[in-house]
Amino acid sequence: MSVQNSHLEALQDIRQMMQRSSRFISLSGLSGIAAGICGLAGSYGAHLLIQNHVKPYRDVYASRGTLNDLDISLFLLALATFTLAVLSAFYFTWRKTKKDRVALWNHTSLQLAWNMILPLVAGGLFILALLQNGIWMFIVPGCLVFYGLALVNASKYTLSDIRYLGISEIILGLIATQFTNRGLVFWAIGFGVLHIVYGFLMWNKYERKADVA
Amino acid sequence: MAVNNPISGLNKIFDNRIRLGVMSIVMVNDEISFNDLKQLLEVTDGNLATHLQTLEENGFLKVHKGFVGRKTNTTYSITKAGEKAFKDHLSALEKMINGVK
Repeated sequence: MSVQNSHLEALQDIRQMMQRSSRFISLSGLSGIAAGICGLAGSYGAHLLIQNHVKPYRDVYASRGTLNDLDISLFLLALATFTLAVLSAFYFTWRKTKKDRVALWNHTSLQLAWNMILPLVAGGLFILALLQNGIWMFIVPGCLVFYGLALVNASKYTLSDIRYLGISEIILGLIATQFTNRGLVFWAIGFGVLHIVYGFLMWNKYERKADVA
Repeated sequence: MAVNNPISGLNKIFDNRIRLGVMSIVMVNDEISFNDLKQLLEVTDGNLATHLQTLEENGFLKVHKGFVGRKTNTTYSITKAGEKAFKDHLSALEKMINGVK
């Protein structure tokens, strides 16, 4: 029996090492929830900004042509939301790495970051080019699709559940291409609601037991 | 040193937990540095170096010596022979466990 047990232990060791060395599994679900809340708050802020600006016009979202002076404030809001979301996501994941006693910056998290950043930078530059040409209508779908692709790509280096979040973002982005006058709604669903839902599901799956214990 | 245990087909070289750990890691990573291995396996430099040398001498590991700035950066990757030996070892483990059941 003990021989069999030692073989089982060896197999468990192998599996653990294969996983620990190739995937960054200390990503916290709370990071998703925090990023989602930032996303929702940012969307609401943008809604208020747009509404204030175009009050005299009948259709709030269709009057894109009048938004030019809004560009800067919307851009700053987006930047602030993004920064807050990333910082809060980092904070909860950093907390989890402390608990798991692994380094935040190791071989797997660097791989994860690199594979995430590459499609995001490509997408970001592409969207800036759209803005440059005043093509507002495809900004939200573009952000969602590129973000989704970045997540699918990154999912190979972290918890595989991220893949499904990525696929959801891509689908949502593609649907958004057909409803370009409701961009902000899709933005709020994609960066707010989906993050919160997936963050909660992942927290429930991986962390709740550990937190209670 | 006999490479294979004639009874079980288990590879003697992989009896050691650290060597088994190194092989598991290089199986799923294209290449990995000495420091990453040390961090993952939680072992001392000297201990790890000895085991890496054993694996290299048996032709299971390829060693690349490079530099990052002025620091040496040694990375390791698995050889075809290493991959085969590791897979055979896994099948043997599987057989043993199923056999005893």
